[in-house]
Amino acid sequence: MKKNDLILAAAIIAAAAVILAIQFFRQDNGEQHVVVTVDGDVFGTYDLAENQTIEIGKTNRLVIENGNARMEWADCPDQICVNHKAVDKNGESIICLPNKVVVSVEGSKTSSLDGIAQ
Amino acid sequence: MKDSEVGRVKNRAAYFGIFTALALIFSYVETLIPIRFGTPGIKLGLANLVTVIVLFRTGWKDALLLSVTRIILAGFMFGSLFSIVYSLAGGILSLAVMALLERTGKFSTAGVSMAGGVSHNIGQLVVAMAAVKTYQVGYYLPVLLAAGLITGALIGAVAGEVLKRIRNIERI
Repeated sequence: MKKNDLILAAAIIAAAAVILAIQFFRQDNGEQHVVVTVDGDVFGTYDLAENQTIEIGKTNRLVIENGNARMEWADCPDQICVNHKAVDKNGESIICLPNKVVVSVEGSKTSSLDGIAQ
Repeated sequence: MKDSEVGRVKNRAAYFGIFTALALIFSYVETLIPIRFGTPGIKLGLANLVTVIVLFRTGWKDALLLSVTRIILAGFMFGSLFSIVYSLAGGILSLAVMALLERTGKFSTAGVSMAGGVSHNIGQLVVAMAAVKTYQVGYYLPVLLAAGLITGALIGAVAGEVLKRIRNIERI
């Protein structure tokens, strides 16, 4: 290992830490929604506090239970989204790449900002 | 062509075949390791070991050819068209970054490979963003940066050791 290697490693860790910190401070404890998008278009917005089961087209089934959301079923072969842990924090998301389904948790404050940014 | 030249071309072809086979074996071994980190896209990048060795030993052109050949073949054998696109985006970006850093001569194999691992993950993330048309995928960025750093440094360190030991093999 050369000195430059360590500088590079430190820079990458610093970048990761900064992004992590931004994500951490973006969280708020207000009302949280679960936004489901399919191929970039909003499929629906659901209250995270309310227990419900959502059929996303014919490809995925999302369950919102006890304040967190998880993908219960997907028809894709890799099952990454089904194995993904349940999400409950703002900014967290479950992504099913084959079906282009994105499930993300958004707070009341940040969602409007994201709306502009996107 | 003189006899010696013919010999060199044959040598190169043989070496290239061996390296491609090695990289493919590593890709296969990789599919056998069932690691789940909760975040999609994290893997060891064993096949990259061969890419790093070739990059340091014979240069970026051979490394690029090897990388692309390996990704397409491995994609057809163990993956899908989908995974080829992802791997190509990651592979080409990472090779570009690694080739540039290698040229500066200021980094060891570990440092170069570390940057390669990180940029590989960034490349894949960008393709994922384009595929699902949301920036939410960016949520995984810190985890992927850290993962690329660790796996890249490991692979690079191993590549460095291998390079020390194959010095006596004729230059191709």
